[in-house]
Amino acid sequence: MPDNNSSKDGNHLAFEEKVADLDRQMNELRKLTSVKGIDYSSEIRQLQRQQVTELKRIYSSLTAWQTVQVARHPERPLLSDYLNLMVKDFRELHGDRCFGDDRAIIAGLGQIGRERVLLVGQDKGKTTKQKIASNFGCPNPEGYRKALAKMKFAEKFGIPIVTLIDTPGAYPGIGAEERGQAQAIAANLYHMSRLRVPIICIVIGEGGSGGALGIGVGDRLAMLEFAYYSVISPEGCAGILWRDGSQAPEAAEALKLTSKDLYKLGLVDAVIPEPLGGAHRNLHDTVHNVEDYIVRTLRELRRVKIDTLLDNRYAKLRSTGVSATEKLRRRTKAGRERIKEALEAIPGKGKRVPAKV
Amino acid sequence: MGKETKSKWKGFSLRPRKEMPEGLWMRCPRCEHMLYRSAVEKNLNVCPECTYHFRIDAKTRIKYLVDEDSFQQFMGDLRTDDPLGFKFRGTSYKQRLKDDAKKSDAKEAMLIGSAFIKGRGVIMAVMEPNFLMGSMGLVVGEKFCAAVERAMEEKLPLVVVACSGGARMHEGVVSLGQMAKTSAALAKFDEAGGLYICVLADPTTGGVTASFAMLGDCIVAEPGALIGFAGPRTIAETIKVELPEGFQTAEFMLEHGFVDMIVHRKDLRSEIARLVDYCRK
Repeated sequence: MPDNNSSKDGNHLAFEEKVADLDRQMNELRKLTSVKGIDYSSEIRQLQRQQVTELKRIYSSLTAWQTVQVARHPERPLLSDYLNLMVKDFRELHGDRCFGDDRAIIAGLGQIGRERVLLVGQDKGKTTKQKIASNFGCPNPEGYRKALAKMKFAEKFGIPIVTLIDTPGAYPGIGAEERGQAQAIAANLYHMSRLRVPIICIVIGEGGSGGALGIGVGDRLAMLEFAYYSVISPEGCAGILWRDGSQAPEAAEALKLTSKDLYKLGLVDAVIPEPLGGAHRNLHDTVHNVEDYIVRTLRELRRVKIDTLLDNRYAKLRSTGVSATEKLRRRTKAGRERIKEALEAIPGKGKRVPAKV
Repeated sequence: MGKETKSKWKGFSLRPRKEMPEGLWMRCPRCEHMLYRSAVEKNLNVCPECTYHFRIDAKTRIKYLVDEDSFQQFMGDLRTDDPLGFKFRGTSYKQRLKDDAKKSDAKEAMLIGSAFIKGRGVIMAVMEPNFLMGSMGLVVGEKFCAAVERAMEEKLPLVVVACSGGARMHEGVVSLGQMAKTSAALAKFDEAGGLYICVLADPTTGGVTASFAMLGDCIVAEPGALIGFAGPRTIAETIKVELPEGFQTAEFMLEHGFVDMIVHRKDLRSEIARLVDYCRK
């Protein structure tokens, strides 16, 4: 059942008009109940039921652009919610030992389930003050360097790493360039591919390009159902290819950035389900699902010998993009050969090759 | 042709004659001198007046860098299969690939092969800036990894010329994944003790800078090359401040410590050969 307190008027997305309408009606009835003392509970219950069906209908067929909007919803659970609800005894570790402490990337030791982990995540901030401090979730190079430093520390003591990705992208600023944004991200990709501890990466909201990838290389990459992960923001892509930023919905569709599409393409290992109507409607269930995934996956990765784990990780990275298409091609190639052999076995038909398989 | 007896003289025209500067003359974008094209070409496509380095395609680059006829290409006909089925503005990625192949006379944005540089055997990977902005997609990532693996197998140094607009957005997260893929391959190469020299040419930006271009054991840049993560236009639009002069040039990168040296195009060959010699085991 949707939690009405968390979806007040004005926070409905444009495509949820009907849901908003039902919410208004219910509020009206509740007000009447308290003012006039008439019992409307059965009507309210009916409206709620209607709302659930409506939400089911909307959320079972979100377009790519609508998914992007859900992923950017102002009330979507952020890193701080996960830290509060999922991580016991969190001890934040600050600073990159080099330049400063970037608030857009938070790192620290904690406990998830029974496992001690190093948690690294991108934080967008809740209040305006926090948002400014964390640069709206756009990390600077020192953030990536901090993440790497803490990950190396975790590697030393065999502590598994969990990263929670939620960023519109790495910050494009003068200072960021001066301090080597590109080098910082490249170094993370390079080292994360060889760290001798299990790494789980989860996109919890926005997965914006290199900024997301900078803490997104590991043994498993999972996504929340309505998160998105893309090589470029839909607006940016529309600006370049459509020469018109307002074509973002179309660009979003073309970029195949939803969890469903990416899972189909074999680019994401798992999709973590979100509660009805998106993560922002039920924070606790969302966090619980994520926690469940982490605990399960960690148990699974723990069983693998570290050298095998690294080999598997390399094989996974090495076959990026090849997995979906090349495997298919190989399969058809093998099939074609098998058919050819079978045909050659038939006397008199040795030279015929089937046109297409 | 013999029939044409009439003069072609049609009097003076104030309209600029299109064919003349196109073929014989060119203008240097930096010093704005009118230059004789063949003189520029003889000068390794460097402006003789102000040493502006013109962008050159992969084949020319290879010709300038390696010993004559020593380049042996491999995986030359690897082609992308458009993993997303990307369509935009009434056209498609596949169409764009075809158009660019025709325009640039290249099949993909990277050439890999083995070659000799002043007699030193190397594995090379050279990017082609005229093919979809030299962007990195599935094929570039795949070729790059193949070059790394070949270098590892044959225990040869790897020389890469980066020249790219970044990740290829037509391939979405597949091209983003190539950043992780190339970096992982280099990490393995590094563990095996291989030498990786990266040459940054104009322009090197986006996903290419944020992966293999910044991971060289030795990073060499051409003078004046644009090198950065976010493009200058993106930065200017985001922060709405005029960018300082010389921002994101090779010299800027050297000053901030991200490039080992800046080398003129004419010295590139000998510098690479020297580095290979120094790192001999």
